[in-house]
Amino acid sequence: MADLTAVLAQIKPKLGCVADNLALIEERIAQAVLAKADLIVFPELALTGYFLKDLVPEVARRLDSPEIVRLKELSRTISIAVGFVEETDDYRFFNSAAYLEDGEIRHLHRKVYLPTYGLFDEQRYLARGERFRAFDTKFGRMGLLICEDMWHLSSSYILAMDGAATLLCLSSSPGRGVEEAELGSATSWQSLTATTAMFLNCRVLYCNRVGYEDGVNFWGGSEYVAPSGNSVTRGSILEEDQVTATVDEGALRRERIFSPMLRDENLFVTMQELRRIERERGR
Amino acid sequence: MAGLTANTDLLRQILVGFVRDEVHKVGVRKAVLGLSGGIDSALVVFIAAEALGPENVHAVCMPYKSSNPESEAHARLVAQACGVNFTVVPITPMVDAYFDMFPEADNMRRGNKMARERMTILFDHSAQHRALVLGTSNKTELLLGYGTLYGDMASALNPIGDLYKSHVWQLSEAMGVPKEVIEKKPSADLWAGQTDEEELGFSYRQVDELLYRMVDLRLTRDELIAAGFDAAFVDDIYKKVQNSHFKRRLPVIAKVSNRTIDRDFRYSRDWGK
Repeated sequence: MADLTAVLAQIKPKLGCVADNLALIEERIAQAVLAKADLIVFPELALTGYFLKDLVPEVARRLDSPEIVRLKELSRTISIAVGFVEETDDYRFFNSAAYLEDGEIRHLHRKVYLPTYGLFDEQRYLARGERFRAFDTKFGRMGLLICEDMWHLSSSYILAMDGAATLLCLSSSPGRGVEEAELGSATSWQSLTATTAMFLNCRVLYCNRVGYEDGVNFWGGSEYVAPSGNSVTRGSILEEDQVTATVDEGALRRERIFSPMLRDENLFVTMQELRRIERERGR
Repeated sequence: MAGLTANTDLLRQILVGFVRDEVHKVGVRKAVLGLSGGIDSALVVFIAAEALGPENVHAVCMPYKSSNPESEAHARLVAQACGVNFTVVPITPMVDAYFDMFPEADNMRRGNKMARERMTILFDHSAQHRALVLGTSNKTELLLGYGTLYGDMASALNPIGDLYKSHVWQLSEAMGVPKEVIEKKPSADLWAGQTDEEELGFSYRQVDELLYRMVDLRLTRDELIAAGFDAAFVDDIYKKVQNSHFKRRLPVIAKVSNRTIDRDFRYSRDWGK
C-alpha cells in the first residue's frame, strides 16, 4: 500500500445551516485537491453543527439528497469522510458518517454510542446505530468512529479485528477543564487516541471541529496518531485549521513487526469469554 | 484546591474567543457593558477589548449619589487601561424621582431598582450602538443568587458566569486589570462602606471552596462535612443555591399544548448562527 496524504478539515460549522456548511465543506475539499491530498476528513455533523435539538428533522438528509449526491460527485477527485444527520425511509434520524470514494458511498457508519449525560442529549433526538464494520478503500482497510464511539474500547477493537488498519474518528468534542497545562478534554482525547493506536497497532486520524455553540467551545486539536501511539501531526487548539498528515505506510509495517500485539490477539479466547459473560448476564 | 486554580492562558483564550465568536455570529461588531469600578466588570471589559478591539466596546459607568466616588474613578482607570469608550450616566434623577413616591422603601428595594435602572440604560445603549450587552455576574454570585433578577443578571452574553470569584481574581491579574481594582474589597456599592463579604457573612474564598466541591465535584453533605466544612455552613449555602434557582431560569410557562417553549420546543440560542 502506498503512503497517503490525508487532510483533517478543522472547520467551524454554522448551527443548522446546511447550505452554508456544504459551501464550507466544498471550499475545504477544493483546497485539499489543490494540495494533492488523497483523503479529506471532516468532523462529526460537519454539515449541520452539533447542538441541533429540535432542528434534527429539519437538517437531516437522505442518502439520495442533493447534498450527499454532490459530495459523492466530489469524491471522484478525493476520498471524503464527512458527518451529517441521516434520514432513513422509515423516518429515523441518525448521527452518521459517510466514507465517499470514486463517486460512491463506500461505507456508512451510524453512531452507536449517543451520549446523554452532562452537556450531551443525543439519545433524545437521534436513533442509535447498531454496527461497527471495517471497509476497503483505495488506501487499505479502514474503520469509522463518531466521537463517543471511540470511548468504548469494544468499538475500536471490533474494527481492528475486522481488519481496519486506519481508524477515522469524526468528532465534535466540547472543551472543558481549565485547571491544568492543557485543556482537560484535549488531554483525555490525546491519551485515548494514542492508547487506541498503540493497543491495536492502528493509525488514528482524528478530526475535531472548532467554534462555539451557546457558549460551549469545541477545541479542535485534530491529529494523526501513528501506530506507535505517537502523535505525528496535530492541529491548533480552538482555532480553525487544515491539518495535512502524511500517513507513512512503512511505519505501520514496522510497528506491526516490532509490537505484534494485533497478530497475537486471541479472538477465540475473547469470543469464548464474551459468550460466557453474555450467558451469565442473561441468567 | 486544584479546581479553583485555573490555567489563565487557556481561560483567556476560551473567553476572548467566546466573546468574539458569539458577538460576530449575530452580525454585530460591538459590545456594551456597565463598568462599576469593581473587579468583575473590569475583567469583562478587558476580555471584550481583546476580543472586539477597544474601539468596539462601550463601557458605561452609572453611579448613584450614594455610590463611593472611588468607584467611578476606578471605572475610568479601567476604561483607560484597556482603551475602551467610556461614558458616565448618573442614575440619581430617575431613581430618586421614583422613590419620591415610595419614601418608605428599604435598601433592598432601592438596590434592586438601581440595578434595573442600569439594565435599561445598557439595553438602550445596546440599541444605540448596535451592540450586545455583556453580563458581568460570576459563578459564585449566580449560584448564591447574589444579584438582581432582570437587573445586573440581565445580559446577552456572559463571559465569566462559569468562573468562581477565585478565578476572577486570578484571570484579572493575568490580564492586567489595575491593582487597585483587584485588591479592594468587593462591594455592591449601594451605600458607603458596604462590602459583599460582610453582607453575605462569609468570605468568597470560603464559599468558593465549598461551592466547587458541592456543585462541580458533586460531593454529598456527609462528604463535605468529612472534608472539614461546618454542617450549618453547608446547609446554609445549599439553601441559598436552591432558593435562588428561580433567578437562573426563564419564567415558568403553564403547559397546555404539545410544544411548549423550552420544554418540548427546544432549540439552541445559536440556531442558524
